[in-house]
Amino acid sequence: MNEFIKLLKKAPPTAIFGMVVITIYVIVAIFAPFVAPFSETEIVGDQFELWGDPYILGTDNLGRDMLSRLIFGARNTVGIALITTAFAFLVGCFFGLLAATLGGWVDQLLGRIVDVMMAIPTLVFALLLLTIFGTSVTTLVLVIGILYSTSVFRLARAVSMNVVVLDFVEVAKLRGEGLLYIIRHEILPNILPPLVAEFGLRFCFVFLFISALSFLGLGLQPPTADWGSMVRENATLITFGDITPLVPAAAIALLTVAVNFVVDWFLHLTSGLKD
Amino acid sequence: MADNTNTQRGTKGDVLLEMKGLKIAAMVEEEEIEIVHGVDVTLKRGEVLGLIGESGAGKSTIGLAAMAYTRGGCWISGGSINFDGIDMLNASAEQLRDLRGKRIAYVAQSAAANFNPAHKLIDQFTEAPVLHGYSNRSAAEADAKELFGRLRLPNADTIGFRYPHQVSGGQLQRAMTAMAMSCRPDLIVFDEPTTALDVTTQIEVLAAIRDVVEQFNTAAIYVTHDLAVVAQMADRIMVLRHGNLVEEGNTREMLAAPKEEYTSQLLAVRTFKKEHQLEVTETTPLLRVNNVSASYGTTPVLFGVNFDVHKGQTVAVVGESGSGKSTTARVITGLLPPSEGTIEFKGQALPPDYRNRSKDELRQVQMIYQMADTALNPRQRIREVIGRPLTFYLGMTGKQREDRTRELLTMIEMNPDEYIDRYPTELSGGQKQRICIARALAAEPELIICDEVTSALDQLVAEEILKLLDRLQSELNLAYMFITHDLATVRAIADEVVVMLRGEVNDSGPKDEMFTPPHTDYTDLLLSSVPEMDPDWLDNLLEERKRLAEEEGRVLKAADN
Repeated sequence: MNEFIKLLKKAPPTAIFGMVVITIYVIVAIFAPFVAPFSETEIVGDQFELWGDPYILGTDNLGRDMLSRLIFGARNTVGIALITTAFAFLVGCFFGLLAATLGGWVDQLLGRIVDVMMAIPTLVFALLLLTIFGTSVTTLVLVIGILYSTSVFRLARAVSMNVVVLDFVEVAKLRGEGLLYIIRHEILPNILPPLVAEFGLRFCFVFLFISALSFLGLGLQPPTADWGSMVRENATLITFGDITPLVPAAAIALLTVAVNFVVDWFLHLTSGLKD
Repeated sequence: MADNTNTQRGTKGDVLLEMKGLKIAAMVEEEEIEIVHGVDVTLKRGEVLGLIGESGAGKSTIGLAAMAYTRGGCWISGGSINFDGIDMLNASAEQLRDLRGKRIAYVAQSAAANFNPAHKLIDQFTEAPVLHGYSNRSAAEADAKELFGRLRLPNADTIGFRYPHQVSGGQLQRAMTAMAMSCRPDLIVFDEPTTALDVTTQIEVLAAIRDVVEQFNTAAIYVTHDLAVVAQMADRIMVLRHGNLVEEGNTREMLAAPKEEYTSQLLAVRTFKKEHQLEVTETTPLLRVNNVSASYGTTPVLFGVNFDVHKGQTVAVVGESGSGKSTTARVITGLLPPSEGTIEFKGQALPPDYRNRSKDELRQVQMIYQMADTALNPRQRIREVIGRPLTFYLGMTGKQREDRTRELLTMIEMNPDEYIDRYPTELSGGQKQRICIARALAAEPELIICDEVTSALDQLVAEEILKLLDRLQSELNLAYMFITHDLATVRAIADEVVVMLRGEVNDSGPKDEMFTPPHTDYTDLLLSSVPEMDPDWLDNLLEERKRLAEEEGRVLKAADN
């Protein structure tokens, strides 16, 4: 614990900024019902009310409070992005490690499947699948998770390849250990740092991707507050010189930047690179 | 300095290089640490100075400092370096660039890693002389051929037109020496040039380097950890330890009468010899390698290998790299199923693939590796490393497992309280190897395969490991299959010796027989190639081999010559 505090003290200002921003987002997301002045879906005023009292950021196209929706949006967008990324990592790491450890035809087969999936543009593929399976939160998580697991697969496979050939893995094999023990105890602990760093980056991509899908109308469905769809719903305001639709966009941008700062620092630490 | 030919050099005996109070610091985990603490080095023209010491002694660092160069993260923090009247530490980058490669050259340990694989040898040879304006391309090419000839490379006229991967390691090391000579430098720094080579190849490289250095009256700094090698090469020796000078003196005088305790220790190394010689009584051997052939893909690598290991016995398997020693171990452990033949353990044939072997069959044969670094999972504490086989094979848990782990640590002479919670990265090389031994012992095996277990260690540490293995053998009645290329190790611990050559058993028998003539030609070559402390050893050996070739027609030469 002490070492962790020491480490934090040495963190560059960008990383500290990133961590502060992420912490605020997380707190807001968790305590959304207590922080938000109004409910997520309740129509409280007229359409497109201006910034002021009691609607600090005005109201949206249906007369719902912008600020409250922004706060609940943190919960929905960030939460679902987190679950999706975790799912992508679960799938990608499992198959990546399997391919690296077993090698041979398993590796070939999984590798070619991933190649095929990566050959199709992600957005087009996602639109296709979501149109087929419908746009519930579950399908959203599954579809995006599986699409993004391909790059995780590649990373996990590549980094474990370097570990699999080391003597201590051979020792475990010759001891008679099972595949799961070798993956869990011998390989996984040694490839964790690059995976954690990748998790941060992937999270940003997934998060942007969900926002993009929502903007296109195939992501989170109304009346759920979501930053991507909030931009779309209120986009017309831009033509009147009102910056309200840019606020959720800014929330997306700020989180992306913050996560990247922290990931950069983390990568720096684990790769042993010096400035 | 315009013309740098042999005749215009200063006479032998002038001081060429003088380093005074040399201090070098390094950044280790954001802390500044001094790694060389004020060492004085003086080198005369045409003189060969040997720098010797264990790893971490600072010998390579000092060698590089002669070029006013340090590795990344290190810097020269004090003292002065004077090369032929030039103050190297205050010289401009341009001046240094002009000196390096032209007047001071460097030969690295691993030629294979230091040649650019994408260019032919001759292109890499001619680069420096052309760049330094020492000669033009065609003159440099002609010179390359001459130097290749002088360094006794086969086909000197054409070998330069090959790529680095098309020539052997020993040839590459000589090509690198030729490259260093290309501008006829005043000084060459040799950094462990033969350490990565087989003994039989080492001889040729040593002889070639020495001749060429003598012919051109080049001064040299020869960095090595092997006192027997430096005895052949150097006029003067400096013994270093922890960045300090321990002793300096004329080679012959120092070898005859070392002044310091540490030097005598280095000299006395390899005197360990196991006492008990085992009489084989039982008829069924513990392990029988029965007419084993194996191949990697379609390339055959082992051809009908036969030998036995008896209970409590040490069988040393020796041979050069590529002779099939480690492959034999892979076949025994089941990592590489043989294409023909069987592995029998206590008279029972083992399944060829380790995946088909029972837990108990796996338990009885354990393995210790050359690189303890990669044989230990850096993310597991010592408790887990040693404890896992206890749980896995013997079902020990909780206090029983903890007690046994501690007992094993005590057996390998490490304090359990101090080490049980450490990670492998917090241990020294010798300690890591001890942990690997403890892990093997935890399985309570009857046979341990030791694959070059001491070759990555410093000599003093290696000797401690050999003593430990010997003690454990007599206490636990273990059998060892000891794979090594180092005949000194064989002499120390073997009961039986198996000599391998190109995937076949060339010669085998009890140790005493193997070390007494007559030998097969190959055993003779191998045995006679082990450097001895005697400074005249190399001369005598080359003389003897020449005589044998002329009188008896027996040519004792490494395969790549």
